[in-house]
Amino acid sequence: MIKLSNIHKSYQVGKNRLHVLKGIDLDIAEGELVSIMGSSGSGKSTLLNILGILDNYDQGEYYLDGTLIKNLNETRAAIYRNKFIGFVFQSFNLISFKNAMENVALPLYYQKVSRRKRNRLALEYLDKVGLYDWAHHLPNELSGGQKQRVAIARALISDPSVILADEPTGALDTQTSYEVMEVLKDINKNGKTVIIVTHEKDISEMTQRVIRLRDGMIESYGLEKQPVVDNK
Amino acid sequence: MFDLDKWTEIIQVLIKNPLRTALTALGVFWGIFMLVIMLGAGNGLRNGVESGMGHWNKNSLFVWGQRTGKAYQGLPPGRNIRMTNEDFEALKQNLADARVITPRNQLGGFSGNNNVVRKQRTGNFNVMGDYPDVQKVETILIDQGRFINQNDMEDKRKVCVIGTRVKELLFEKDEAAIGEYVRINGVYFRVIGVFSTRASGERALSFTERIYVPFTTFQQAFNYGNTVSWFTMVAKNSASAEELYEQAVAILAARHKVAPDDTRAFGHFNLAKEFGKIQGLFAGINGLSWFVGALTLIAGVIGVSNIMLVLIKERTKEIGIRRALGAKPFNIVSQIVLESLTLTSIAGYLGLFWGVVVLGVVDYLVEHADSSDMMFLNPTVDLNVGIQALIILMVAGALAGLIPARRALKIRPVDALRAE
Repeated sequence: MIKLSNIHKSYQVGKNRLHVLKGIDLDIAEGELVSIMGSSGSGKSTLLNILGILDNYDQGEYYLDGTLIKNLNETRAAIYRNKFIGFVFQSFNLISFKNAMENVALPLYYQKVSRRKRNRLALEYLDKVGLYDWAHHLPNELSGGQKQRVAIARALISDPSVILADEPTGALDTQTSYEVMEVLKDINKNGKTVIIVTHEKDISEMTQRVIRLRDGMIESYGLEKQPVVDNK
Repeated sequence: MFDLDKWTEIIQVLIKNPLRTALTALGVFWGIFMLVIMLGAGNGLRNGVESGMGHWNKNSLFVWGQRTGKAYQGLPPGRNIRMTNEDFEALKQNLADARVITPRNQLGGFSGNNNVVRKQRTGNFNVMGDYPDVQKVETILIDQGRFINQNDMEDKRKVCVIGTRVKELLFEKDEAAIGEYVRINGVYFRVIGVFSTRASGERALSFTERIYVPFTTFQQAFNYGNTVSWFTMVAKNSASAEELYEQAVAILAARHKVAPDDTRAFGHFNLAKEFGKIQGLFAGINGLSWFVGALTLIAGVIGVSNIMLVLIKERTKEIGIRRALGAKPFNIVSQIVLESLTLTSIAGYLGLFWGVVVLGVVDYLVEHADSSDMMFLNPTVDLNVGIQALIILMVAGALAGLIPARRALKIRPVDALRAE
């Protein structure tokens, strides 16, 4: 599903070049539930941005669902994002003046799906995350866990190849965190590839494998069934 | 193509912060409103002044004889110049630049006593001896009957055309005037027509207090012999009234043995010149209106652009989310441009609307005011001007949206979505 080979990425910071990713090789198969861990500065956000086609990379190759993702213009990138990727963010990133249903339906708006159809689908997906009755509430009328479930429904509605979750539980308490993780695991059980970036150990332990980043390199691939090495 | 979803989005954004939207719109509203009001007021002033001189052809020139100022060919200065029918013939034959030349004699008016009598009623009116051609110089609207024609002239018929005011004063309210007789300086004239004017107020009154009689009849009936009081000429469009005047004076001077450089012998009034001055004034007022209006409008549009920029800043995150969810750059740009366009169009339309309403109210008040001789009439704007203003407004609105939209495009979703 995802194949990265020798990905390099550096940023220009003032006069210095900051080499963030120093040759990442990574394979993630379809249907996997993977977490990416790493301390701040390890390059995990950069990696996530590249995976999410939000950022370009300097070197190497990135295949997503068999498509080479490289040097895309903004319009193509937008199309690929819409088609391949569902985002879940730490801060939910719902649009505050749209109700839950409209938020969920938004990706389909950019696919030019008719209003009637996308609202019907949005209700369907809200039902899946248990928020059917909240469809007409604005985000500020929802709790954190509910907001994140709305965001998950939004990520799912375009039926993407991959769900990318950036610290999906970062703003939630433990109880709700676990509920949200249950939702993500359910999604994974139904066959979606789910990638979670987190720095919470208990969250990463709920995934099938944990990829650890350190200083722009992959420290461990956390191959399935292999015990996770904690080097601290 | 109408895209309901897009409009829903736009309206959602605009009503999200109604106060800010309203204040932004106010700038544009005010710009268009001022433009309309100022153009309308300028037009009102022009209409008022033009209707004052409304019955005159704007290219007219008047020439009359005075006293000579210099001795010439053995003749002393201070000699009265009396112009005659022969002068008329000479002018007609030699003035190629004149579209119309018509002589006139006048009776009564400000200095006269009651000179017109009908039954028990009397009045003091201006009695004009004129050629039918006078209609090409003055705008005479015939309400009933007809104007003087060539047959009247040749037969020296004692007929007259009276103004509506004359009819009002000499006849009963519902009485027909055509075919009736009025006595002018003791001579009976048959009324063959009634005229009115396009002018309004005081000037309309004085203009319709006139009686036209055939020029030839006038000379005979009132013992004028072959005297002509003055000539009215209208220059051809290709010629200037000033040149026409010089040519006419040269001809007359030669005929009356007046020194070529004698400036006192002939008096003249060049309406075209006076009118030109006024035209210049109005062109100036119009230009100023556009200038101030356009600047106000630009200020309004810059306001819109500014607010949109602030909005973009505030909506960085929203735009980032949209892009992460698959909004193409075009979606973002068109959204912002349309927002700006919608705002300016609605505000501009309202400005136009209220501007026209206010002008309408002023128009109503002016028309129903008693002092109808004020220099103000029909303060309206051309529909075309309104449409032009709206088009300018919409282009400006789109441009106002483009700058913020470009800014929005520079937002990278990565930066926008960075948590916290």
